[in-house]
Amino acid sequence: MTTLNSKIPEGPIAQQWENYKAHTNLVNPSNRRKLDIIIIGSGLAGAAAAATLGEAGYNVKVFYFQDSPRRAHSIAAQGGINASRNYQNDNDSDYRLFYDTVKGGDYRGREENVYRLAQLSGNIIDQCVAQGVPFAREYGGTLANRSFGGAQVSRTFYASGATGQQLLLGAYSSMNRQIKAGKVKTYNRHEMLDVVIVDGKARGIIARDLVTGKIERFGAHAVVVASGGYGNVFYLSTNAMNCNATASWKIYKKGAYFANPCYAQIHPTCIPVSGEHQSKLTLMSESLRNDGRIWVPKNIEDVKAIREGKLKPTEIAEENRDYYLERRYPAFGNLVPRDVASRAAKERCDAGYGVNKAGFAVYLDLEDAIKRLGKDVVKERYGNLFDMYENITGDNPYVTPMMIYPASHYTMGGTWVDYETMTTISGLYSIGEANFSDHGANRLGASSLMQCLCDGYFVLPATISNYLNEDIHTGPIATDTADFDKAEADVTGLIDKLFAIKGSKSVDYFHKKLGKVMWDKVGLSRNEKNLKEAIEEIKVIREDFWKDVRVTGKSNQFNNELEKAIRVADFLELGELMAIDALNRKESCGAHYREESVELDGPQKGEAKRNDKDFTYVAAWEYMGEGKEPKLHKEELTFNAIELKQRNYK
Amino acid sequence: MDFTLKIWRQEDANAQGSMKEYKVTDISAETSFLEMLDVLNQNLIEKGEDVISFDNDCREGVCGTCSLYINGEAHGPKKLVTTCQLYMRSFKDGQTIYVEPFRANSFPVVKDLVVDRSAFERIQQAGGYVSFNAGGAPDANAIPIAKEDAADAFDAAECIGCGACVATCKNSSAMLFVSAKVSQFAYLPQGRVEATERVLNMVNQMDNEGFGNCTNTGACEVECPKGISLENIARLNREFLKANVVPK
Ligand SMILES: Cc1cc2nc3c(=O)[nH]c(=O)nc-3n(C[C@H](O)[C@H](O)[C@H](O)COP(=O)(O)OP(=O)(O)OC[C@H]3O[C@@H](n4cnc5c(N)ncnc54)[C@H](O)[C@@H]3O)c2cc1C
Ligand code: SF4
Repeated sequence: MTTLNSKIPEGPIAQQWENYKAHTNLVNPSNRRKLDIIIIGSGLAGAAAAATLGEAGYNVKVFYFQDSPRRAHSIAAQGGINASRNYQNDNDSDYRLFYDTVKGGDYRGREENVYRLAQLSGNIIDQCVAQGVPFAREYGGTLANRSFGGAQVSRTFYASGATGQQLLLGAYSSMNRQIKAGKVKTYNRHEMLDVVIVDGKARGIIARDLVTGKIERFGAHAVVVASGGYGNVFYLSTNAMNCNATASWKIYKKGAYFANPCYAQIHPTCIPVSGEHQSKLTLMSESLRNDGRIWVPKNIEDVKAIREGKLKPTEIAEENRDYYLERRYPAFGNLVPRDVASRAAKERCDAGYGVNKAGFAVYLDLEDAIKRLGKDVVKERYGNLFDMYENITGDNPYVTPMMIYPASHYTMGGTWVDYETMTTISGLYSIGEANFSDHGANRLGASSLMQCLCDGYFVLPATISNYLNEDIHTGPIATDTADFDKAEADVTGLIDKLFAIKGSKSVDYFHKKLGKVMWDKVGLSRNEKNLKEAIEEIKVIREDFWKDVRVTGKSNQFNNELEKAIRVADFLELGELMAIDALNRKESCGAHYREESVELDGPQKGEAKRNDKDFTYVAAWEYMGEGKEPKLHKEELTFNAIELKQRNYK
Repeated sequence: MDFTLKIWRQEDANAQGSMKEYKVTDISAETSFLEMLDVLNQNLIEKGEDVISFDNDCREGVCGTCSLYINGEAHGPKKLVTTCQLYMRSFKDGQTIYVEPFRANSFPVVKDLVVDRSAFERIQQAGGYVSFNAGGAPDANAIPIAKEDAADAFDAAECIGCGACVATCKNSSAMLFVSAKVSQFAYLPQGRVEATERVLNMVNQMDNEGFGNCTNTGACEVECPKGISLENIARLNREFLKANVVPK
């Protein structure tokens, strides 16, 4: 049995990364060209890794299902990226960023990883600026910053409301340079459908060419999964339509442990659902909470009048508004972390104060900011978000407050990795949102871009040589072997099976059904009864799927329905694991809120209650075979550089 | 709302394509154009027919994946939005809507409404970068950049690589796309070092890919969902001229 060894380097936390780099095994430049690396994903994590490993001299193959690497989901990130540069001279430091991230994650992240992340954060900004990323600037020509939830300093770098786009284009451009140099080869419209394990090591993948439908084999000395998160398990989410868990799920079934699946972040500020046809939910960047104030009416009569269209929000006097975040959390106000803000919105709406017709919306109001800063400044900061909002809803946020509601957004859980970002399978790595990462039970705003780029530009390129140094004499990995035959046959078998069902319901039908169970019972607020029901209901949906799904079209052509069917089949299994994990974790921490675990009295009354005595661990699940209960492994978390404390944003 | 749709169907790159007629009913005004196509596809699945393939991903107007030519306009009638950000309230109840792929010789059809835009990739690979290896970058604040320059660079960098400019241009020119990338780097000191090589290589690749010439009709700017300005083309031309007079 694999034991969880997180491979934390020796020494005090601030020196660990230097110690690691000083003692790790290297591969000399002339040997690197003998080594092949496969990367699944061209988002921030994958593209940054591909570029950097190409620069180092390895042969890199990158796979992604979009037509261009620049279209990976990272492109949609809006608000910004954190770094502890202290350019604003507000006492920021590596330690403070580390502290905020561990605290924001409700003390469920691995502190050594987070410290390294904070230490490297500044280098990321240097790197991006050198690539020509057009970050926002001050009049003096220096970089501008804004603040984000969960922090009391201004450390977020941004490029208007399109930070992810600009960072991804930066990584993409560096990768393009390596493509031209012949060190990186890209496989667009290719979906990885399995990893191939040879003698306990990841040695290649099976992928489907999404244009021709051909099932292909690729060998490599190491495989890196940078396939993003699984927020689409909820069907409706802020993730791009095609984001999925398949790569992470396939490696789980081959032996890579899946950690903390129940940590799914519900983002507080998204445009509310408008009807049955809805295919996705649009995020309104958290940066709006910098200048925006969140409220609902104090009086239930006003709520009714608003819903009936008899009253406008702008007509409600200041004293009749309930700025509930400022009321409940005076120290952080509108900038409390996401989990806190989301639950507070749900609490108000469940109490009947929701302001749209369906009763599931609160106001995000920038009126004060417009008065204080002027329309031009607000426009410069948030113009593209306002335009997007107006385009979708038909309302003008300069005139009337926006309506927002929480939605599935990001997944902190993911493949378990050690300090080197290696999974429990040798030679198989997971980086970016795909791994269980550094964010504990809740991710702070602007910290994912930081982690993805940190993993891709700095961590993986420094750690992978420690594994590859043993492969300098291995030679190219052959793909005409029994292991590859078997893996390919499994993939072809899966596709044949899906077509053979010829049922009566579409893939989307099942995805929607799963999403509803996940949202209602494994969403913002969870309890034992609901979780147990969810597990049973998901099983039923899954059985129904395998009996009654209808996949149209053919396997040997471009076929989006087939792509979706494969992904939804995996979501139907992952959803169950999320519920199992949530059931196991009988505490409230970060995004995981168990109704049974709240503070009963004292100043924190009603707030989520963590249980450090029993749950200060990472839950890493091992796949035990179809129909079998997964097995729980615990990575105990110890906190030496930071005191384990109840979060308090009051 | 009810609509009659005339949609381009094409089995694969080599097949003959044609327009097919479909009807959708009971669509609310808040439905996006792509969600309306989702509804149509669900209807087709119920009948056991092959769905209409169309590219899409973020549905937030930024990934540049969606690429529909709607009633004779790239990304449809609304200005400054991509297809995914187009809502049915932009159409009249009962209207007939023609839906075609982005057409250009350099963008062959993959299936139905999906095209292959890899020519854009090769142009970017030819020079759309700053040659710089990860690690060892100077402090980000070491080179001050005027706020306006950073903002201008950002405006050019906002191009999402959708190809609407090419689909719109009667010559299928890719000048707006190429000029956006060249301009982004031209505004920044980091980009100046390789400016000459970059513009020559990118323009050269653009020509090799078979994109047409720019004859300054300005149609691309009108249809560009990100408002990439024609000034970028003027700048590209200046950069190109400069590159040709500077001895290498
Ligand atoms: C709307 C929105 C706004 C956000 N804003 C911010 C922000 O302001 N700041 C912040 O820090 N974070 C933000 N985030 C979170 C952040 O954008 C993501 O967590 C991050 O971009 C994930 O990057 P990634 O590289 O891990 O994966 P992704 O960018 O999701 O890329 C995944 C890649 O994997 C490929 N892939 C996946 N599966 C397969 C497969 N089976 N075969 C082949 N290829 C595969 C895909 O093609 C893609 O290239 C935001 C997220 C959303 C949804
Ligand atoms: S210039 Fe405009 S139309 Fe052309 S690819 Fe870029 S965003 Fe699309």
